[in-house]
Amino acid sequence: MISIKGLRKKFGPLTVLDNIDLEIPSGQATGIVGPNGSGKTTVIKTLLGLVKPNAGDIFIDGESIQDQWDYRGKIGYMPQIARYPENMTVDELFKFIREVRNARKTNEKELIRHFGLESELQKRMRTLSGGTRQKVGAVLAMMFEPEILIFDEPTAGLDPHSSVQFKRLVHSEKKEGKTILLTTHIMSEIEELADYLIFIVEGKIRYHGPMRELIEKQKEQRLEGAVAKMMEEEAA
Amino acid sequence: MKTLTILKYQWKDLFRGKWVIGYGFIYLLIADAMIRFGGTGPKAILSISNIMLLLIPLVGMIYGALYLYQSREFTELLLAQPLNRTTLFWGLFGGLAFPLALAFTIGIGLPLVYTGMIVTTSINSILLILLLGNLLTLLFTGLGFWLGLKFFEDRIKGLGFALVSWLFLAVIYDGLVLLAIFLLGDYPIEEPMLAMAMLNPIDLARITVLLEFDISALMGYTGAVFNRFFGSMLGVGVAGACLMLWLAIPLWRGNRLFLKKDF
Repeated sequence: MISIKGLRKKFGPLTVLDNIDLEIPSGQATGIVGPNGSGKTTVIKTLLGLVKPNAGDIFIDGESIQDQWDYRGKIGYMPQIARYPENMTVDELFKFIREVRNARKTNEKELIRHFGLESELQKRMRTLSGGTRQKVGAVLAMMFEPEILIFDEPTAGLDPHSSVQFKRLVHSEKKEGKTILLTTHIMSEIEELADYLIFIVEGKIRYHGPMRELIEKQKEQRLEGAVAKMMEEEAA
Repeated sequence: MKTLTILKYQWKDLFRGKWVIGYGFIYLLIADAMIRFGGTGPKAILSISNIMLLLIPLVGMIYGALYLYQSREFTELLLAQPLNRTTLFWGLFGGLAFPLALAFTIGIGLPLVYTGMIVTTSINSILLILLLGNLLTLLFTGLGFWLGLKFFEDRIKGLGFALVSWLFLAVIYDGLVLLAIFLLGDYPIEEPMLAMAMLNPIDLARITVLLEFDISALMGYTGAVFNRFFGSMLGVGVAGACLMLWLAIPLWRGNRLFLKKDF
């Protein structure tokens, strides 16, 4: 269970997160949606301790994450823009993170096979295409079998084939009872993967609850229509 | 433990870049040339130390800031892992400062060994130069780190400030001291001059060198005052203590900035 209480963040004069309260249930998949620049990535980065909030706190399994770092061992994170040390080879990168995490057992091999990365292992990170980097990021996020998985626009740079493969993987992680948090602009993806929905606009939570309820409430067939309607209401 | 893992990978990366090897090679060439032309006496050591006093601050500060910018990906990757930010900060610092110090030590040390100077010249002088060089490397890399963190989003500004700081400390500062002496020579300004010397780490290192070699003619105004005030042993001690402060404060401030930073 991840609970976010009264979270505020300002970047200079710009309020990015404005008093956010959230409960993200365990063992479920939660999708975060919202227009560009609404604060989705900032929420995720705060959760990881990459961004320090001005006020408020986040609790994971009842424990505050403030000035803590051990809890990140429970989290696997796949960033939106995957940037890795340019001179490392893929294999070195995996080995390095394994050493940093002090992990003995990983399911690295299966994941590499799943994404077809075997032929890329000896290449330097800087020579990889954007999509391949994304795949490397996905492997890094999942190889330690963490309880919580965070994906920030995971399929944005993936081709349709890899995208389907990725989603299949997320499904199986979900079946294993992992807590999954993902942001995306592709509504069908959220529909496919998520149970809960969080809708953020300008750093404020506009909707938070089971996805089905939202669709019913907005009297729409699909999530896309329901969210579009909500955005229109927001603009009006 | 984790710091060691980080250090290991950074060193590998740094030596793969060959930059550090070139840096060490420069010292080797300079030391070799100085010994060839200046003979194997204290004069060669003094010449080497003069070049070291200019080069180490420049490279330390510029590369310190640049390195932080270059390893941004590395930093972001590691911050999402179960890792303490302080551990990461020291890992980053050690990952650069130790190879630089090592390159300096080997670059200067090799010519001293193969020319036999290590036997013919007083070992104390040689050790002092090596120690000072290492200390200055750590100190100015720390300053560069602090500048890099202060202007993390604006690289041009960070590097610009590093360059200007070097110019100020290595060149302009001495001019200002001379100007002050010229203008205020009629007043008792020995003590303020002493304070001014302590405010500049390059001056501190220079005074330490001159005190060791006891060359009053080359000691300059601040050096002479220093010598008169403290005498050799105490002078070296006071200068050393000030250098330690210069090492600790930027690193402490840098670490604080790093802990609070948003990535």
